[in-house]
Amino acid sequence: MYRYDLYDQQMVDARVAEFRDQARRRLEGKLTEDQFKPLRLMNGLYLQLHAYMLRVAIPYGTLSSRQMEALADIADKYDRGYGHFTTRQNIQYNWIRLEDAADALEDLSKVEMHAIQTSGNCIRNISSDHFAGAAHDEVADPRPYAELLRQWSSFHPEFTYLPRKFKIAVIASEKDRAAMRLHDIGIRIVSRDGELGAQFYVGGGMGRTPMIAPLVRDFVPLDQLVTYAEACLRVYNRYGRRDNKYKARIKILVHELGAEEYTRQVEEEFAHLLSVGVEPPREELARIAAFFADPPFAEGARVIDRSDPDFALWVDRNTHRHKHDAYVSAVISLKPVGGIPGDATSEQMRLVARLARDYSFDELRVMHTQNLLLPHVAIADLPALWAELDAAGLGSPNMDTIEDIIACPGLDYCSLANARSIPLAQRISERFAATGRTGELGELKLKISGCINACGHHHAGHIGILGVDKKGTENYQLSLGGSEAEDVALARITGPGFDEDGVIAAVEKVTDVYLAAREQGERFLDTYRRIGMEPFKEALYG
Amino acid sequence: MKILTGNDLRTGAVVWWSGAGWSLFVDDAVDVGDDAQEILAREEAARRVNVPYAIEASLDEAGHVRPAHIKDRVRALGPTVRRDLAVPTAQKTGWDWVI
Repeated sequence: MYRYDLYDQQMVDARVAEFRDQARRRLEGKLTEDQFKPLRLMNGLYLQLHAYMLRVAIPYGTLSSRQMEALADIADKYDRGYGHFTTRQNIQYNWIRLEDAADALEDLSKVEMHAIQTSGNCIRNISSDHFAGAAHDEVADPRPYAELLRQWSSFHPEFTYLPRKFKIAVIASEKDRAAMRLHDIGIRIVSRDGELGAQFYVGGGMGRTPMIAPLVRDFVPLDQLVTYAEACLRVYNRYGRRDNKYKARIKILVHELGAEEYTRQVEEEFAHLLSVGVEPPREELARIAAFFADPPFAEGARVIDRSDPDFALWVDRNTHRHKHDAYVSAVISLKPVGGIPGDATSEQMRLVARLARDYSFDELRVMHTQNLLLPHVAIADLPALWAELDAAGLGSPNMDTIEDIIACPGLDYCSLANARSIPLAQRISERFAATGRTGELGELKLKISGCINACGHHHAGHIGILGVDKKGTENYQLSLGGSEAEDVALARITGPGFDEDGVIAAVEKVTDVYLAAREQGERFLDTYRRIGMEPFKEALYG
Repeated sequence: MKILTGNDLRTGAVVWWSGAGWSLFVDDAVDVGDDAQEILAREEAARRVNVPYAIEASLDEAGHVRPAHIKDRVRALGPTVRRDLAVPTAQKTGWDWVI
């Protein structure tokens, strides 16, 4: 894992001191809310429905046990004993007091963490494949490149006031486990003739105008990675709209210019920047990469006793093939039946931190699916790990099933939301668990957003649900056919919306259609793509 | 009726204008009628409450204050999915009126 150097630490410490002074002046009435708001947002402090909310950056979702324990301590000391892991691999605390916020940031700084770039019109915390460094199918660990971009983007003077927020994801496999093409810039590290390079996809995003990023450059040599990213940002910063926040994201610029013209301008800027020389020295990448060296994997058992059916089911559903044959990556579900997706108590966080220490070389990950992950677990250790998870209620075997629902905080917490998301997730998981159909349905990604901003990724759900305000009451639009993976697609709305009970019944109906129509080996998404929307509409509205 | 609400500067807690100050309990909210703008301007200047604003509300048959919009009703009690964290009002009035 990357560790701060003196410069990193001083930068974060200075920011904490600066924010402490800003918060003091606000509390003393020397700053108005209009003056203070942009300052607190630069430090991840939002004001939500019930309280201030602190969003903490978890770069590319990677945490050490020590950091997870610090997050648990913050939950107890400054919040109400829990945190919420988000679809951008971060954590949010829902009940932070302004008078405590600087202390919380100081505690974070002691474990090399902060809340910078988790809000505002800057380059946000960079996300990545949660299996990075462990996956069997990656051409390289994408995290050194994500870290390089993180360091380049932190406090970048030119990109601190972009037209709008800017999200970058970096992956290194054909499989897309980071919704890469639904980011402002999606980077895929690829190998060509033995040389590593980067594909750049630019102009994707969800929100009110969802778009899939087109390919802008098929191969950027990795010693020009930052230069190319800077060229992409420069064109956006120059021509992105600032007159209308709803048209200010780069996806609108790329769409309006056309990918070809945008690319032409980027290439022109890129050529200029190459002549200037903005790329960090290779030694810096090598320094960063050294932090991501493999842990000392050991040879061990490849097979285990699967006689316990509950354990076998968990292994089948929640473990992922590792690049070392004696290891797997193990998903810790934060989706118990009827639970709140992504929420974890401080006690659970401490348990996971210890399990990471005992079974995964002191390392864990936050997944964009709002689950946690132990990236490097010896196969021989799986029974012991599962026993501990199961005893703590963290052993739900539901990865990528209809119970593994992504849901934003919705109207229960969020000031932007129009409808609640969490109760729907709870009721749907309860409904399907009760009917026992979860396994029969196979891979089925259901995603719920409480407003058009799409933090719950509903556009990318095999089944998506969007909460809207219909004359002061909650109403839910159903959509089908989305995917955030390598077969990326935007979901289509089925038709008129439903109330809460109605949309849950509607989800059951579309799964009925799928089960009746599917052919051998088809996932829900495959069947939808083969038979189209009409049979589903007929079942819902006919 | 028209009532005033905002979030406490120090804690972020939802508060309601009671006529004499800010209360955590929606039932303490008073009808400010035509005085809303004057009170809001004064309270903005006092900087104790973040961006206070006026909302529509009504009294139910038992005399409880009920904000008109679902968002403010959720604010009045707390997250519907974590009732253990609700403001004490919820223990008295129940949740039936929120959604």
